[in-house]
Amino acid sequence: MDVLERYEPLVGDFAAFLAACERPLPSVVRVNTLRTTVERARAALAEAGLEPEPVGWHPGLFRLSGQPGANWPYAHGWLHGQEEVSAVPARVLDPRPGDVVWDATAAPGSKTTQLAALMEDSGRVVATDNNIGRVSALRSNTERLGVTNTAVTTEDARNHSLKPFAHDAYDRALVDAPCSCEGTVRKNPDTLEEWTMEHVEGVAAVQKGVLRRAVQATREGGVVVYSTCTFAPEENEAVVDYVLGEEDCRPLEMDLPLEHASGVTEWQGETYDDRLTRAARIYPHHNDTGGFFCAKLEVTG
Amino acid sequence: MSDGGGAGGGSKRGNGSEGTGEAENRPHRFDRLPATASERTVPNRPTRAAVLEWFEERFGIPPGTFEGYSFWERGAGKIWCLAEVDTPEPDAVDVEALGMTLLRTRQEHWKPTMAGVQKFGGHATRNVLELDDERARRFLAGEEQEVEWEGDWGYLIIAHEIAGGVEPLGVGLYTYGTLRSQVPKGRRRELEK
Repeated sequence: MDVLERYEPLVGDFAAFLAACERPLPSVVRVNTLRTTVERARAALAEAGLEPEPVGWHPGLFRLSGQPGANWPYAHGWLHGQEEVSAVPARVLDPRPGDVVWDATAAPGSKTTQLAALMEDSGRVVATDNNIGRVSALRSNTERLGVTNTAVTTEDARNHSLKPFAHDAYDRALVDAPCSCEGTVRKNPDTLEEWTMEHVEGVAAVQKGVLRRAVQATREGGVVVYSTCTFAPEENEAVVDYVLGEEDCRPLEMDLPLEHASGVTEWQGETYDDRLTRAARIYPHHNDTGGFFCAKLEVTG
Repeated sequence: MSDGGGAGGGSKRGNGSEGTGEAENRPHRFDRLPATASERTVPNRPTRAAVLEWFEERFGIPPGTFEGYSFWERGAGKIWCLAEVDTPEPDAVDVEALGMTLLRTRQEHWKPTMAGVQKFGGHATRNVLELDDERARRFLAGEEQEVEWEGDWGYLIIAHEIAGGVEPLGVGLYTYGTLRSQVPKGRRRELEK
């Protein structure tokens, strides 16, 4: 847990933060509303003896007493196992039916299928990933959940091409970036053992490239959401701050219905755009979840 | 099939010309199905009309169920279904996946996918075999079982009751009193009692 010590200056109640990071995470499922209603899924979970407990801030998210994957509603594509906090960015992006949306780093597809559900399986989601093995997981999730509005591309998101499609820009884009995953420590306690500053710097360079491409590919007035499951400002505020300087976009206020802290504007001698306080840092002790960062941008050019 | 779209034609492709390149089935490209046989440029490619007719004949699923969805072929005989947008996609799209797999038309007997049956099978009125809970579990685990069935042989929609309603679960192959589960290996599960 030594890596986490570096965040003591940022986290309000550091003892509670550390204690939460050492607790295992509860199993959470999201109801696939393309396939059934929240009420019926809840009844089917209860029939399976899984004692579904609703998560207050998001309809159709349930904490379970057992494993999410071996029960009737799962076999029917009514459920998707998804860490609670990973349901945040799609909600912040808030896509509407008929929108054209890019999920830039999509595999294994939790957010892709959530976007499709929010859009009632209409419009278009383009889901991109650069790793063919991870794309295969994404594909099996879109199939199982009965998503028909999504096209999958295998490419480096930094060079994403719209050429195959009828649309020439996106209404909205989600960049749930590959990251050092510090916030998943409750699920994978080994995460922090492989932590190096070099990896953080390397992955931050990729994040900047993907977020720039997302802003470029989104129409003026459109929305881009950037998120990670890590605490490091180098991968969060610093990435958004860089893109604010390079592309036409501005941070938006967010209506986030669960406890969080504001984004930071300085870190280890670096300062970031003041408007980054509009971003959200969700620490594990806030809502008994994994850790998360989320920022919402409007494209202005 | 009224227009020969469903006959067991092989995968030999002729050469003609399409607006998007040579008229052959390229394995990494999605090609929109022609509406009818008269618009077909790739020999043996199923038509949209044939797909709609097959779902109606085999399962009683009304053609209107697929309104708003376009059909695509990728590789020989694998049919995908895509929710269309106001501005339709080009007739050829080079991507990894386009919507969802719906139907395999390569063999003499067309075979719907588990994903397709779960999504659209609720509209079926024919060739739906409902299993009790214990048999449905064996089906989901991939087992073969003896069943009593007076209806057609071939691919059936397998359904069972969940949360107060009967829901389509997957595809089974019925012949000689035996039901063979067609649940793909990756989706088989042994459920706890």
